Amino acid sequence: MNQMSTARATESNTQMVGERTTRISARKVNIYYGEKHAIKDLSIEIPDRSVSAFIGPSGCGKSTFLRAINRMNDTIEGCRLTGEVRLDDKNIYDKDVDVVQLRSHVGMVFQKPNPFPKSIFENVAYGPRIHGLAKNKTDLEEMVVASLKKAGLFEEVKDRLDAPGTGLSGGQQQRLCIARAIAVNPEVILMDEPCSALDPIATARIEELIDELRQNYCIVIVTHSMQQAARVSQLTAFFHLGTLVETGDTNSMFTNPRDKRTQDYITGRFG
Amino acid sequence: MILWSILIILAAAVGAFLFAKSQATTLQTANTGRLASLPGQHGLLAAAVAMLAGLAGVLVSIPFSTSFAWMMPVLGAAAATIAAFFTISRITPKWHARNKFEAIVMGVLIASSIVAILTTVGIFASVVFESVAFFRQVNIFEFLFTTQWSPTGTPPAFGFIPLLTGTLLITFIAIAVATPLGLFAAIFLAEYASPTLRRWMKPVLEMLAGIPTVVLGFFAALTVAPLIKHSGNAIGLDVASESALAAGLVMGMMIVPLISSLSDDIINAVPQSLRDGSYAMGATKSETIKRVVLPAALPGIMSAVMLAISRAIGETMIVVMAAGLAANLTFNPLAAVSTITVQIATLLVGDQEFDSAKTLSAFALGIVLFFITLALNYIAMRIVQRYRQAYD
Repeated sequence: MNQMSTARATESNTQMVGERTTRISARKVNIYYGEKHAIKDLSIEIPDRSVSAFIGPSGCGKSTFLRAINRMNDTIEGCRLTGEVRLDDKNIYDKDVDVVQLRSHVGMVFQKPNPFPKSIFENVAYGPRIHGLAKNKTDLEEMVVASLKKAGLFEEVKDRLDAPGTGLSGGQQQRLCIARAIAVNPEVILMDEPCSALDPIATARIEELIDELRQNYCIVIVTHSMQQAARVSQLTAFFHLGTLVETGDTNSMFTNPRDKRTQDYITGRFG
Repeated sequence: MILWSILIILAAAVGAFLFAKSQATTLQTANTGRLASLPGQHGLLAAAVAMLAGLAGVLVSIPFSTSFAWMMPVLGAAAATIAAFFTISRITPKWHARNKFEAIVMGVLIASSIVAILTTVGIFASVVFESVAFFRQVNIFEFLFTTQWSPTGTPPAFGFIPLLTGTLLITFIAIAVATPLGLFAAIFLAEYASPTLRRWMKPVLEMLAGIPTVVLGFFAALTVAPLIKHSGNAIGLDVASESALAAGLVMGMMIVPLISSLSDDIINAVPQSLRDGSYAMGATKSETIKRVVLPAALPGIMSAVMLAISRAIGETMIVVMAAGLAANLTFNPLAAVSTITVQIATLLVGDQEFDSAKTLSAFALGIVLFFITLALNYIAMRIVQRYRQAYD
């Protein structure tokens, strides 16, 4: 299993020959929850059109940093950030940045599938509606169908678009959430442990989907599963106790980690 | 004597508990093996059996209580002691006292719920019984379909339509006032208020619900009604000094905390993950509330409003004081109207002869009220079932 996934990771890496452009870059980021110092002096460059995985033991701050990229931490009381997070060379923590607009460029998929208590169609149409993306009804329908197709869900639900989204299976719900996120044409998709509530088959479906989406989006995924990181990502970042220990090419990171802590974690000595 | 009986039975139960427990403990130390039940469980069983037997003894003695008052405590104590000793004599290592005690506990719980159900059935039966007596004197069609209500007039008229319209008018005004106010307050409390603000604002709002309706009633009659009359007269409207509007407004204020408090809890129960999902799509706060939170909370909010309607229909004091007794058939909120509850209250205040149509009509009104609230509760239940969404 491990060898196979490493083999696949190598393969996808060889497809990505040459320099990738940097999409997101963080410089000296510190995040605090009240008194708690959750992220310490973090700097990272995240490339476009590839999958970057954040790994590390529970409570290491990887989700916290992920949520900093679309400023979802703003909704948590007492959460502060210093430093810069640049998306295409624009610091998203500048005063003139509109959070609502930012989040329409940086979509997010959560740990637990969270479809709205609406129909499948309305779930996907939600984003286009609030951002006024569709000119008319047919336009909206096309957008919904296209997003569902991109998320690999259309064939399964095409006969019941009016059925409630909450009635789908867990894996389908998560793909619905991905369809919902890509319906607003984001450039970046953040995924916070998107498969942790799913069974292995549904997980494999989502991983396949992530690999397809990589062609068009910058994807950042937080995962507890090192196999998953090895399978889907090109870049891996290892977090430990709020610091970014090591970043590197997924393949070399898993075969030849530079830091002792990374080595201990990926060989299963802690975490 | 009843007090003595209760004290004696309690003492017997405590004694039975201690004795049974010590017996079982002795048995436990004498026996190397474990008992099927713990000593404390043997004690609880003995105490429960003693108490039940004591109560049975007291019940048996009730027929003799007038001539032989001393029988009650004596019989109670005797029954409790005998039952306790019988239970204690059965303590063996294999005796499952725990299961027996669990069965007694379940029996007590079932009995309690049956008391509540029987009370409802009893009240309903007595109201039905009296209503039947009323409908023997007055034609049911006259009651349901005519539009004159004057039970004390000569000849008396018993058409309840004006009371129904009065009730509906005042309830409608109250709900029209309370639903937006209560809902907006709930949205503010649940979504916008800081935790500190919410911590003191919610109790203060709920305090409004704690004001006795009599107080709200004279506030309506002495402050709100004259205010409406004067301002109405100032712009050339003919306003009665006791108006449906005054009663409805104050009743609306009364149910604002009911709606706001329930809706606040319901909105809070909408999972944060749904809000996060919406914010992550780039939705603003108000879009999230309008398009995700409120639709998800809607069934609960509907049932809160239905509960408020039931409360408003059954409310008496405010209407007695502020809306008047004149049973006018009108939908003019500035006129005086009367409601079903007001008529029931006035018909039964003071000494009454219980066979006249005038008094019995109160029971007929009661049954109508009962069916209206029953229908409302049923509708509320159907709405909730129809639109309930599973969040997980």
